[in-house]
Amino acid sequence: MRSSGVLPYHSEVMPLPKLQRIGILSDRFAAFIIKGSAFVAILSLILIFVFIGKEALPVLTSPEVRSEASLSRLFLPQVHHAGEAAEFSWQPISDVPKYSLFPLFIGTLKVTLIAALIAIPLAVAAALYTSEFAPSWARETIKPCIEVLAGIPSVVVGFFCLMVIASWLQGAFGWTYRLNALTAGIGLSLAVIPIVYTVSEDAFSSVPQAFREGSIAMGASSWQTASRVVLPAAMPGVLAACILGFGRAIGETMIVLMASGNAAVLSWSPVDSIRTFSATVAAELGELVQGSPHYHVLFFIGAFLFLLTFVINLIGRWWVGRLQKKLQGAF
Amino acid sequence: MPSNWSDRTELKGKAMQALTALACLIIIAIVAIIIGNIVTYGAGKLSWEFLSEPPRDHFTKGGIFPAIFGTAALVILMTIAVIPLGVATAIYMHEYAPKRSRLVHFVRLAIQNLAGVPAIVFGLFGVGFFIEFVGRGIDRGLYGGSLVYGQPAIIWSALTMALLTLPTVVVATEEALRAIPANYREVAYSLGATRWQMIWRVVLPQSAGGILTGGILAVSRGSGEVAPVMFTGAAYSLPELPVRLHNQFMELGYHVYVMSTQAFDVEATKPALYSTVLVLLMLTFLLNFTGIMIRARIRKRLRDGR
Repeated sequence: MRSSGVLPYHSEVMPLPKLQRIGILSDRFAAFIIKGSAFVAILSLILIFVFIGKEALPVLTSPEVRSEASLSRLFLPQVHHAGEAAEFSWQPISDVPKYSLFPLFIGTLKVTLIAALIAIPLAVAAALYTSEFAPSWARETIKPCIEVLAGIPSVVVGFFCLMVIASWLQGAFGWTYRLNALTAGIGLSLAVIPIVYTVSEDAFSSVPQAFREGSIAMGASSWQTASRVVLPAAMPGVLAACILGFGRAIGETMIVLMASGNAAVLSWSPVDSIRTFSATVAAELGELVQGSPHYHVLFFIGAFLFLLTFVINLIGRWWVGRLQKKLQGAF
Repeated sequence: MPSNWSDRTELKGKAMQALTALACLIIIAIVAIIIGNIVTYGAGKLSWEFLSEPPRDHFTKGGIFPAIFGTAALVILMTIAVIPLGVATAIYMHEYAPKRSRLVHFVRLAIQNLAGVPAIVFGLFGVGFFIEFVGRGIDRGLYGGSLVYGQPAIIWSALTMALLTLPTVVVATEEALRAIPANYREVAYSLGATRWQMIWRVVLPQSAGGILTGGILAVSRGSGEVAPVMFTGAAYSLPELPVRLHNQFMELGYHVYVMSTQAFDVEATKPALYSTVLVLLMLTFLLNFTGIMIRARIRKRLRDGR
């Protein structure tokens, strides 16, 4: 065994005692196992890509699937009954299955924008307060609160929207649809606030103290310092926070599944029911025939969600890294 | 400088500052309202009977014991899979890989991206990979093609959940590894320890708290997620508890979802539903609280130590 290679930590010429030989063997074995495990994260990302892609691919290749759900049927308006106008429609379980992704896209876009409009101002303002103005007792209150919010399972947020928020809004405004894009958007914002808050708070606190001191020394007030020095310096981080928030909102499933009404209506009104990509997969995968066009279309949506969030996260993380480099480079 | 101008800017500054404080207050209020509402309506039905008995009469009577049991079984299996994997990954990145290694860069990127993959995509992956590929493969090889593992099962849910929670464990473990002073390792080497002996006798015991934190946070996340288990093994109502790896199981979160969207009589099941939500919330909070406490102590040591 000894002659087979260079020993890492021992250079004696004498033959090693048995105990030490076992030590070295187990060291090599452990190194092998640990190095192998480190690849699992990379491997599982590749496997996710391959296995979801594999089930999504028939949408492009299989003639059988394409006869019902080809790319043009997914993305372009279709004439389903002779004489009627071409339309976008998602009705996978009907006599003539319709697989237009456009209504789902509109639904996802609507609810994501509503969630972002609510969550981003709240979370960024709260982060600015925590990092710049808050006395330490306030900081000690808000941070655990955000952790608690982040720890609430999304099914509980969905439940709360469905049972409580929807009824309140319905009672206050009397909308036609009790469950609509706005209800779901409010719920979704609760899932987005923690990530936007955490990333932008990190960005604000990584702005060097000397920036603030310089600004105060020039006679600026604390708000001027915060809004004209700290905020611009931390801007890439705040943008990254927004991007990561979008990524979270697009993929979130349970909240929209429970609170959005799940009707694939093609409308721009924020108080109509909607159906999102993620909720469609969650609602329909359970009750369909494996290998049917419908099955492959759902995996196609899954592959799209995976790639979209992947790109969004890459950009977000890249920007966070760039901010750190920029602020380190300032000195 | 005219005093009027500076008064106005100062006033404006104070007003804007108050707005940011208001944002904090709104967030705190939202959290308080959610928890207050669920505790108020959920506490009424909470009893030992509710926790220890199976449901009866379309979930209007009895308890939620099978869902609690199923959730516990799920997270135990998940922990067995994710802890060794996550800890080994963190140890590789921190103890084995050379500094500025390209591989570590890619592993870290993969971990970050894995953390951003939507839960529903994990669900699809569980179906496409674990059930259709691995499960069917086992059935073909060991059971002559009869359906045993090639269908939704608790083991597939647990493994899917393990992948979802892998980033949590890796990040927490790495943080703990970073808190161990370098001279501990040097002393171990100078006494003639191999790298593995050093890790096993010095690094792992020292980082036990961080590993525990990662495990607890992963369990908290795993016990609340629904989307990954919907198609890989969770069931609405089962006559028996899961005792084999290929059984289906009931899960608290999935139970909440099905009860609140597909119940026969929403008003009749509402009290039980609220109590189920309260149980789920208490479970995740208790776990989170413990995890965060341990993490705070590690961070304190990290600050004081250096």
